[in-house]
Amino acid sequence: MAASSSPADLSAALVLQPVAALDWLVILPVAWCISIGAILMMIRHKGVAQPLVAIAGLAVLVLLDAALLWHVAQGGPVTMVMGRWLPPFGIAFTVDLTGALFALTSAVVALVGAAAAIDDVNASGRRYGFYPFLLLLMAGVSGAFLTGDVFNLYVWFEVLLISSFGLLVLGGEREQIDGAVKYGFLNLVATTLFLITTGYLYGIFGTLNMADIAAKAPGLQAQAPLVTLTALYLLAFSMKAAAFPVNFWLPASYHTPRIVVSALFAGLLTKVGIYALIRVGVMLFPAEIEQLSLALAIVAALTMLTGSLGALAQNDTRRLLGYLVISGIGAMLAGIAIGGPEAIGGVIFYALHSMLVMTALYLAAGLAARLSGDFSLGPAGGLYRHYLLFTALSLMLFFSVSGLPPFSGFWPKVMLVKAAIDGGVSWLAAILLLSGFLTTIATGRVFLLSYWRPADAPAAAVPQPLAFTALLPLLVLTALSILIGLLPETLLNLVQQAASTLSEPSAYLNSVFPAGGAS
Amino acid sequence: MEPVFAVLTGIFLAVAVYLLLSKFIIRILLGVAILGNAVNLLLFTSGRILREVPPVIGAGLDVPAGVTANPLPQALILTAIVISFSFFAFLLVLSWRAYSVLGTDNTDIMRVAEPDDVQPPPLGY
Repeated sequence: MAASSSPADLSAALVLQPVAALDWLVILPVAWCISIGAILMMIRHKGVAQPLVAIAGLAVLVLLDAALLWHVAQGGPVTMVMGRWLPPFGIAFTVDLTGALFALTSAVVALVGAAAAIDDVNASGRRYGFYPFLLLLMAGVSGAFLTGDVFNLYVWFEVLLISSFGLLVLGGEREQIDGAVKYGFLNLVATTLFLITTGYLYGIFGTLNMADIAAKAPGLQAQAPLVTLTALYLLAFSMKAAAFPVNFWLPASYHTPRIVVSALFAGLLTKVGIYALIRVGVMLFPAEIEQLSLALAIVAALTMLTGSLGALAQNDTRRLLGYLVISGIGAMLAGIAIGGPEAIGGVIFYALHSMLVMTALYLAAGLAARLSGDFSLGPAGGLYRHYLLFTALSLMLFFSVSGLPPFSGFWPKVMLVKAAIDGGVSWLAAILLLSGFLTTIATGRVFLLSYWRPADAPAAAVPQPLAFTALLPLLVLTALSILIGLLPETLLNLVQQAASTLSEPSAYLNSVFPAGGAS
Repeated sequence: MEPVFAVLTGIFLAVAVYLLLSKFIIRILLGVAILGNAVNLLLFTSGRILREVPPVIGAGLDVPAGVTANPLPQALILTAIVISFSFFAFLLVLSWRAYSVLGTDNTDIMRVAEPDDVQPPPLGY
């Protein structure tokens, strides 16, 4: 065969210079998770080696994400394209501060979850693949945070969804099957809606690259139904995030699997929905999201109230926490509805806080149930007498989720309330505070009934020993919450920068199209 | 051609939504299968429909000789087919398992995870 007859100009289609060594960090978290997941799949019969490999792998993932965050904080958004095709033709992975912050926090949550799972997931759970599923879930979550292509985002959504199915049915109890049916069908409809909208997006723009879309959207406002498109995205991502009218899959399923799986889901999954909403809503279609802001504000208010009132009505601590997850989603949606860099910074901060604290709360609920024998608030009690450190940690987490100082929940709430008042939507600020107040009542009651109240039966006179290693995951997450609460400045600066990059995405665009102009 | 395909997609979506609104899982499953196909058609149509010219560059050329079909929607649909097929397979097995374990495919009766008779939390102690 004759070699190419005419010397084609490759620089018009390909990235010719080699990728800088540090830029490989963009793709490494995903590649690393998939590789470790594959290795874990091969050794899934080795019950002892699995947690060690998984924890070591996730520790490396935390380091990779931390290095990526440092790299992005130093030099701005970083882009890498698959197959060296020039964007928008090559699939781009573009990382800005928002993506890097979310990825790092999710890796920390996964690492803590993997450590907590040593106690919680039994031999059969390991044999049926808890750890491989966890790593593949992380591949999906990291990919969703790091990608710069809308269709690729959809693919990562599906990767994390199928892994979450595996984790959810692990064990195969009747409750789990029931919960998984509802979770499975409703989430599938949500991602299909996402795909439908992406089809329309492609039909309008002829491109799927986020930077390309962000550059072209202002010019198409007069010709294309962009508000409809944004509304469809809002619906799809709100369904993933469990916002009010489409939240029913969450309380139906999150309390059914092993507690560590619930903890990981509460920390990771709904936040991916919020991240996608920030990325697509705030960065790609800011003008359209502003037109929809009143509807979004009402949805946010109803989500907050459903969440906190639902939490008040629950007797099972896991279901109560599920409603608290929903209430937090409402607060983040409120920030997106308010708009502006400060509110978006508050949303990012709230999401990071919520990832850490909701995971910790589920782990605490699991420990409390193991010690007192039941998840129900009715018969439990007396934990305070025997487990002082555990009680103290739980109380701090309850304060943190309610948004009280000096814990991590305080600052994002301050940012959101301030942004709401500055933005002229004081009623939303009032509902933010009301929801925080109701959350305080709900968690305060859990503390009163399960921890503070003396146990009914004196049978618990001989307490079960509580190993320090069992408390360690909780300790780490609570320490992080206190640290963020006491020294918020670094993180505040980072989220403000992240939010300003989102509102004014020229740095993001420049990273994808260095020459300046979109194709 | 696009209007015909658009109407067809609309019919597929309507049928899928109708089936998804049923309370019997077997119908919901059929709805999911049709929904997947509706989305594939939608993606195909949104890439614009052209005459059947394969997007292959002839020997000795650097660019295609004329207008060819858009290859990108085909790649997207291929991905979507693989994903929706695997999800359908998973949900089929899950539904079968739910039917054999819970003894029903009526979602109104499936209340194991959320029983109707839960106690409210205690009001005091």
